[in-house]
Amino acid sequence: MQTSENLLWLIALPLFSSAILLLAGKRANSWGHIMGTIVSASTFTIGVVEFFAMQGRAEESRAVTQKLFTWISVGSFNVDASLLLDQLSICFVLLITGVGTLIHVYSIAYMSHDLDRRRFFAYLNLFIAAMLLLVLGDSYLNLYVGWEGVGLASYLLIGFWNQKPAYATAAKKAFVANRVGDVGLSLAIMIAFATFGDVSFSGMKENIDQASSTQLTAIGLMLLLAACGKSAQFPLQSWLGDAMAGPTPVSALIHAATMVTAGVYLITRSNFVFDEAPVAQLMVLIIGGVTLLFGAIIGTAKDDIKKALAASTMSQIGYMILATGLGPIGYAFAIMHLLTHGFFKASMFLGAGSVMHGMKDEVNMRKYGGIGKFMPITALTFGLGYLAIIGVPPFAGFYSKDKIIETAFNEGGIKGLALGLATLLGAMITAFYMTRVVILTFFGNERWGHKDEPHESPALMLIPIGLLSVGSVASGYLLSRGESLVHWLEPVVNPLKEHHKELLPPIVVSLMTLAVVVIGISIAVLKYRGDQLDKAPEKVSILTKAARRDLFQDDFNEATLMRPGQSLVKNLLNIDYLLIDGLVRAVGGVSISTGNKLRTLQNGYVRSYALMMVIGALALIATIWAVTA
Amino acid sequence: MAIANYLYLSAILFTIGAIGVVVRRNSIVVFMCIELMLNAANLAFVTFARINSNLEGQVVAFFTMVVAACEVVVGLAIIVTIYRSRRSASVDDASLLKR
Repeated sequence: MQTSENLLWLIALPLFSSAILLLAGKRANSWGHIMGTIVSASTFTIGVVEFFAMQGRAEESRAVTQKLFTWISVGSFNVDASLLLDQLSICFVLLITGVGTLIHVYSIAYMSHDLDRRRFFAYLNLFIAAMLLLVLGDSYLNLYVGWEGVGLASYLLIGFWNQKPAYATAAKKAFVANRVGDVGLSLAIMIAFATFGDVSFSGMKENIDQASSTQLTAIGLMLLLAACGKSAQFPLQSWLGDAMAGPTPVSALIHAATMVTAGVYLITRSNFVFDEAPVAQLMVLIIGGVTLLFGAIIGTAKDDIKKALAASTMSQIGYMILATGLGPIGYAFAIMHLLTHGFFKASMFLGAGSVMHGMKDEVNMRKYGGIGKFMPITALTFGLGYLAIIGVPPFAGFYSKDKIIETAFNEGGIKGLALGLATLLGAMITAFYMTRVVILTFFGNERWGHKDEPHESPALMLIPIGLLSVGSVASGYLLSRGESLVHWLEPVVNPLKEHHKELLPPIVVSLMTLAVVVIGISIAVLKYRGDQLDKAPEKVSILTKAARRDLFQDDFNEATLMRPGQSLVKNLLNIDYLLIDGLVRAVGGVSISTGNKLRTLQNGYVRSYALMMVIGALALIATIWAVTA
Repeated sequence: MAIANYLYLSAILFTIGAIGVVVRRNSIVVFMCIELMLNAANLAFVTFARINSNLEGQVVAFFTMVVAACEVVVGLAIIVTIYRSRRSASVDDASLLKR
């Protein structure tokens, strides 16, 4: 395999920049954001250069590696800190650095009034560096470093405004939920080491025959748990909604380019494990299916524009996870949906940020309405993203989502039918809640209740949104034209290894999808046309109430995990205080009181000491006498 | 005269010495009492040497005398030093270790 010296720079540049921005302190306030953006843009440039270099090579020699140093060398266990750039990682590198750079540019304007803008850019660069390390690591252990780095960076960014306790709690919640997933990943690494004696992707792939199916299932399930944590999949999805506490560019970064895509990457990268572990693969399908409906249902009831978008992310990532469970062909479609989703979700999040910017940071959609005529460009770009996510041809989501639905149906049997119907239902709900978001925000009566009219955002914010919406229009067509992405990824995931027979012709699936999308849109239009109140209705069905409370996920977690955990800790504390501390204190008390009593013997009078010696001697003599007599 | 009488005398002298150490405050007197106890022991040693008809007791008596002489030198030096600094030869006054 060829080596390349450029890969290190991809990670080192943003990492150095982040360190400089953090260490330089206030001195960097005036130029910190510019440096952060330039560094991010240069990683994108490196990515593009590497991409074209890769395209120029023959298919079998496209992957390049770079060995940095020997990390661990203990007996038979050897791990090098090495980077691997292949057809799969380059997709992620381009997405992370490309979308990341646009978000950097956007943040210059969005965060211009924030005193801590320099720190914000330092964290953004750290996020980019960690995510790049995650996708470039050539073994699970290297990936794990990036994985943890992403967790740290997301914690720092979600809690960026940590002066507000609720935001700090949200950051902690995200971190803790991620830890659960991290445990899964570390267990998977341990099982992999015990099974293969090696944790590199290539080494494990070669020796996949050595492992029993039980071991592979265990690795697969643990990897799935890890993916659930990072990608906010059921049952670890509860942090995603609260993560909206971070500044809006962070939400765009987390939801489009980084973080939540890590789980999809992990499963796709581990395709060789999942292909041999049908149980784990089935679990992937179930988790994906459940989450895509779960997220969609939550999305229908949220009035906070960012939370509605967050729920939609959860749902769309559910589509991707489901696709990765569909076997070799599904991986490519999962990555395709991931890339298109990266564009349209980033554009919509940045659009939502633009709306908030014009609306004095108001996030409640019930207080929007009719913003379209004040912010035409934002409305237009958001609309393009909207058309992309609900899957209207020829926008990006149509190509990627349709493929997933089609592949789900082609799975065949009851499984295929259930998955297909779930994805179709998800598509309908998606159409419904996204239409609801668009109507409540950009159309209808003005409900913001103050005289100041919303104003369009500055060009520095609109240009990134515009570029992203170009992506959300064109990316689907470009990626699926002649199955270019499928062929591109073929060496990594073998999508054409097995030939699926087509149960339904693609055109039928497309028509069905379009039909449910139209139904979804019509329901939303019927329900939300005309004037709306500026408050959420109180008298709603139980289902709506449940959806507003995130389908009781938080309540469930609190009742089953948090409360018992807290009482356990409280009891342990009591045991520690009463029993263990009590014992220690009793020992101390006995010593002290004995000492106090004995101290009276030491009165400092020589004569009393002499008397004691005499008594002692007499006692000794008496004893000897008694014994010998 | 029965030879056991020497032992009785030794015991009486030792007891007087011991009582003196315990009850007297003047360090010079205490010191003298210690000497008395040492000499009582010496008397016992030589008596036993006579009873057993060997010289071991006699030899130990010499050792005791040497020790007693050394003890006198060191002990008196201490007493004089304490008296110089504290203007008192009472053993009860020298109770600094208590505090």
